[in-house]
Amino acid sequence: MIEVDRLTKRYGAFTAVDDISFQVGKGEIVGFLGPNGAGKTTAMRVLTCFLPATEGTARIAGYDIFDNPLEVKKRIGYLPELPPLYRDMHVRTYLEFVAKIKGVAPKESRRRIDEAIAQCGLVDRTEQLIGHLSKGYRQRVGLAQAILHDPEVIIMDEPTSGLDPNQIIEVRQLIRELAQERTVILSTHILPEVEMTCNRVIIIHEGKIVAVDTPENLTAHTRDTTRFFVRISGDVDIAAKAIATIDGVSDVTRANNGLHVHWPAEADLSAAVSARIVELGMGLVEMKREAMSLEEIFHALTMHEEEV
Amino acid sequence: MGNIMAIFGKEMRSYFGSPIAYVMAGVFLLFSGFVFRNQLLEFHDMSVYLKLAEREEKILLNVNTEVVTPFFEFQTFIWMIVIPMLTMRLYAEEKRGGTYELLMTSPITSAQILIGKFLACYVLYLLIEAMAFGYIGVLSMHAQLDWGPIFSGALAVVLIGATFISVGILASSLTENQIIAAVLSFFFLILLWIIDWAAWFASDIFFVILKFLSLIEHTRDMIHGVVDTHDVVFFISAAAFFLFLTHIVLESRRWRA
Repeated sequence: MIEVDRLTKRYGAFTAVDDISFQVGKGEIVGFLGPNGAGKTTAMRVLTCFLPATEGTARIAGYDIFDNPLEVKKRIGYLPELPPLYRDMHVRTYLEFVAKIKGVAPKESRRRIDEAIAQCGLVDRTEQLIGHLSKGYRQRVGLAQAILHDPEVIIMDEPTSGLDPNQIIEVRQLIRELAQERTVILSTHILPEVEMTCNRVIIIHEGKIVAVDTPENLTAHTRDTTRFFVRISGDVDIAAKAIATIDGVSDVTRANNGLHVHWPAEADLSAAVSARIVELGMGLVEMKREAMSLEEIFHALTMHEEEV
Repeated sequence: MGNIMAIFGKEMRSYFGSPIAYVMAGVFLLFSGFVFRNQLLEFHDMSVYLKLAEREEKILLNVNTEVVTPFFEFQTFIWMIVIPMLTMRLYAEEKRGGTYELLMTSPITSAQILIGKFLACYVLYLLIEAMAFGYIGVLSMHAQLDWGPIFSGALAVVLIGATFISVGILASSLTENQIIAAVLSFFFLILLWIIDWAAWFASDIFFVILKFLSLIEHTRDMIHGVVDTHDVVFFISAAAFFLFLTHIVLESRRWRA
């Protein structure tokens, strides 16, 4: 359905997207995962024909994004990070306008708008001004706009950013429903989000694809090791050396005001570590398990690939 | 065509759904009405004075040259200030609000968007203009008017409006800040207006070129009743030229670096 072939986008000397290639099959939900500034938005803007590629190309439903942008646009629904809404329009008026420019046949228009309104849970908001809606509802209007012309492909840029936890759950639910008969690409910088919504994850870092994997495998990587943050009162360097000698501890690093202690996931060395600190006559101020940040996962993943 | 109408309808709804159309129409009608009234009173005073003075030689007082012509001349001046405020939002607002992304990722060409936006602003302009013609209508009930120069003046207004609006749209396409768009088009319109002042200090070929580029120069004859095809062609091609430049500006984003 989507074939991306050696796509590169440069802004002057800065390379935002660097030679990426991947394929997405019909019905898949693929997540672009990467920290802010990784090139996710740029990649999506190229795929939606909003920006030209510097090199390489992509085909969507068989149409080239550079040679046939109009055909591509007919088949894509796009929700940018900031939903493209006219704040001075009513929800229904807005959707009527979008239906016109998306080329929905006038006869179909009413039915499609009603369907989109129902699917996105906007039934009781159709006569409200978009500017008066809450952020969660605006996101829903943005989604309604993206599915209005019944596109084969939906591209969503950070669909849950800026929403409160309840709204995030609702929007994720909505995305799963919408994705049933469509191909979806969404971007996020939140790891659990891809776990919950995607079949496949493409990890982008500094414009390059670092890894393509299933969410299950991806989280498995992060569960290989356990990391604890330990804060002590006393000489941190002495404590670090002492902890490093414990059997099973794989790594000890200095963190701000304390230490990061790593060990394999199957072991539980928290008792041994705290005992060692007490033996040294130091105080154990704080000790907690920490999740790995996205950057560290990238690091772990790239290290992993180099080892293999 | 359907796409152009969709954009046209959206822009019209936006003009009339917000205070812009009403405020700008009010500003224009207030100032042009004020000028019209002043000219009319002056004309009245002069005719009374001439009657009282009972002068030997006959001085011809003409309501067309004393009232209607200055009215048209002043109108174009007010439009130079009002039109940048009508055009400034056309592209700048879409870019700032992120809706430009919606337009550009929809199966609609940038030329269709441009034409729809231009037509919306132009129709609004013509509507406001039509209201100003009410003043002349009222005058015609009480005075013998020569309709020839009025029609040619109306033609001048119709033509110069298209040029003004296309300059304003070009400015709006260059920035996402509405204020900057308005200032840019304001600056550019004034420049095109007064460029013939510079002509007086230039020589030979520059004199001809600067004189030719001046908008004021091309309206002068038409407002006084002389319709010259080269003035008509000038305005139509100027409008087309600025719209074409806008099209290039918008399309250039899609060129491969």
